[in-house]
Amino acid sequence: MSEKRIQWFKFSSPGNFFALVEKLLPWLWTTALITTALGLYIGFFVAPVDYQQGNSYRIMFIHVPAAWMSMFIYLVMAVYAFITLVWRIKMADVLAASLAPTGALFTFAALWTGALWGRPTWGAYWVWDARLTSELLLLFLYLGYMALHAAIPDRQRASRAASLLALVGVVNLPIIYFSVKWWNTLHQGASVSVSKGASMDSSMLAAMLLLSLACWMYAIAVSLTRAQAETLDRERGATWASSLAAAQAAELDEDLETTSEGVPVQHTW
Amino acid sequence: MSVMEFLAMGGHGPYIWGSYGVMALLMVIEARQVIARKRKALSLQHAAGHGGRS
Amino acid sequence: MGHPLFVLFRRDLALFLRRRQDAMAIIGFFLVAVALFPLGVSPEPEILRTIAPGAVWIAALFSTVLALERLFSDDLADGTLEQQMLSSQPQGLMVLVRLAAHWLVTGLPLVLLSPFIGLQFGLHGEEVAVLAFSLLLGTPVLVLLGGIGAALTAGLHGSGGLVTLLLLPLYVPVLVLGTAAVSATMAQTSPEAHLSLLGAALLAALALAPWTTAAALRITTD
Repeated sequence: MSEKRIQWFKFSSPGNFFALVEKLLPWLWTTALITTALGLYIGFFVAPVDYQQGNSYRIMFIHVPAAWMSMFIYLVMAVYAFITLVWRIKMADVLAASLAPTGALFTFAALWTGALWGRPTWGAYWVWDARLTSELLLLFLYLGYMALHAAIPDRQRASRAASLLALVGVVNLPIIYFSVKWWNTLHQGASVSVSKGASMDSSMLAAMLLLSLACWMYAIAVSLTRAQAETLDRERGATWASSLAAAQAAELDEDLETTSEGVPVQHTW
Repeated sequence: MSVMEFLAMGGHGPYIWGSYGVMALLMVIEARQVIARKRKALSLQHAAGHGGRS
Repeated sequence: MGHPLFVLFRRDLALFLRRRQDAMAIIGFFLVAVALFPLGVSPEPEILRTIAPGAVWIAALFSTVLALERLFSDDLADGTLEQQMLSSQPQGLMVLVRLAAHWLVTGLPLVLLSPFIGLQFGLHGEEVAVLAFSLLLGTPVLVLLGGIGAALTAGLHGSGGLVTLLLLPLYVPVLVLGTAAVSATMAQTSPEAHLSLLGAALLAALALAPWTTAAALRITTD
């Protein structure tokens, strides 16, 4: 995601980006796994049974992080889309496009877990309140972005068109939310309050925050890995990519390496 | 509490495990897909690299 | 009058009139789509009245999207779009003019037909008037926003569903406001607030959409 403050543009170069991500990935995955384990433990073995909701409230520990991620990722995508349009930095488009599938996944997860939480708690899998409806439309915004990106054969046009769409979407999202809220007040539709508010036990808060961090680390790890693959696909002929391949080949061929003349040379490591 | 009680979650078992289960499944699938794609990109790169190095 | 913008406006209108069957098809689609609601839901008068605003508005939504798909594709295909973009006229204004012509042929007929459809669905007097007025304010917004989607997807093969997918989230606020105005009237309350918001949306769309569409066209033709 948003990398160094110094030498910002250094990492807009694909080669540096790839190397940086390689270094970050182990930390990201490790943190994700530790926070997941801790969060789940606290969520299931420390947090008490809720007076009103029984055990079903425990779904909140993944529903709320999923919803947060779905919106946060879209915002970050929009920022990268803006950078793509204004400064035409290819790396920005790679990052935006890499974030989209993960954002869509979290959006779907938020909808799914929300439905399963809603059924035992409020009696309905789905209600057309502002939150859920906006979340559903957010899923369509993600899918639209991905579809547009994929539908345009010319890469430059695709990246810029999808970026414009993302920006229109990010402006539209609050408008959608408020219009559905407006619509709900007219029809007195069910408006369910998703958060438990200030009455949360500290263990519940801890579980939720830990799992939020876990989702965040996961999202960064997965989308950066996707970005690495995308970068390689786009830059197959580039020098940095060949050097990378060569470096990895050198690591693999421990005993034998061909010199530029094609004569085998024995290596002693 | 026993394992069976834990799994039942006071009757809310299907909802809770249905939520966590699907979420875990999605994340595992996505992670594997993304890592496989990166490996494939790297191996294609090797092929291109070796081809170009002669 | 030879002013370039006016010439463009006349040209677009002439093209529409020459291929009357395209415009007729849109209107035909609107009428059929609306008719599906009683057939698919229920012909009972009470139910018809309840679903009337939504049915008419949703049919109008889909008709607009359908019509927009062709908006820029033809001109892109034969090169006139690029020619037009070389013009010294402000691109935003050119887009506005083209969208105005487009609305005149594909949007205004829907507004004019809506009272008859309203009556078919059992709406009375003021409700019918509000329905027509909401469409009068709303269909231009749909066309203005739709221009963005049409510009982004111009010339793409098999992109029929894509434009719909892109535009429908954008259209939700307009749909909500338009139907709310009619529902409010039916509930004996004032539709003023909704219609005002709809008017505000129209003004905002007029200000923002044309140059966003122009930007999208630049992306498409670059």
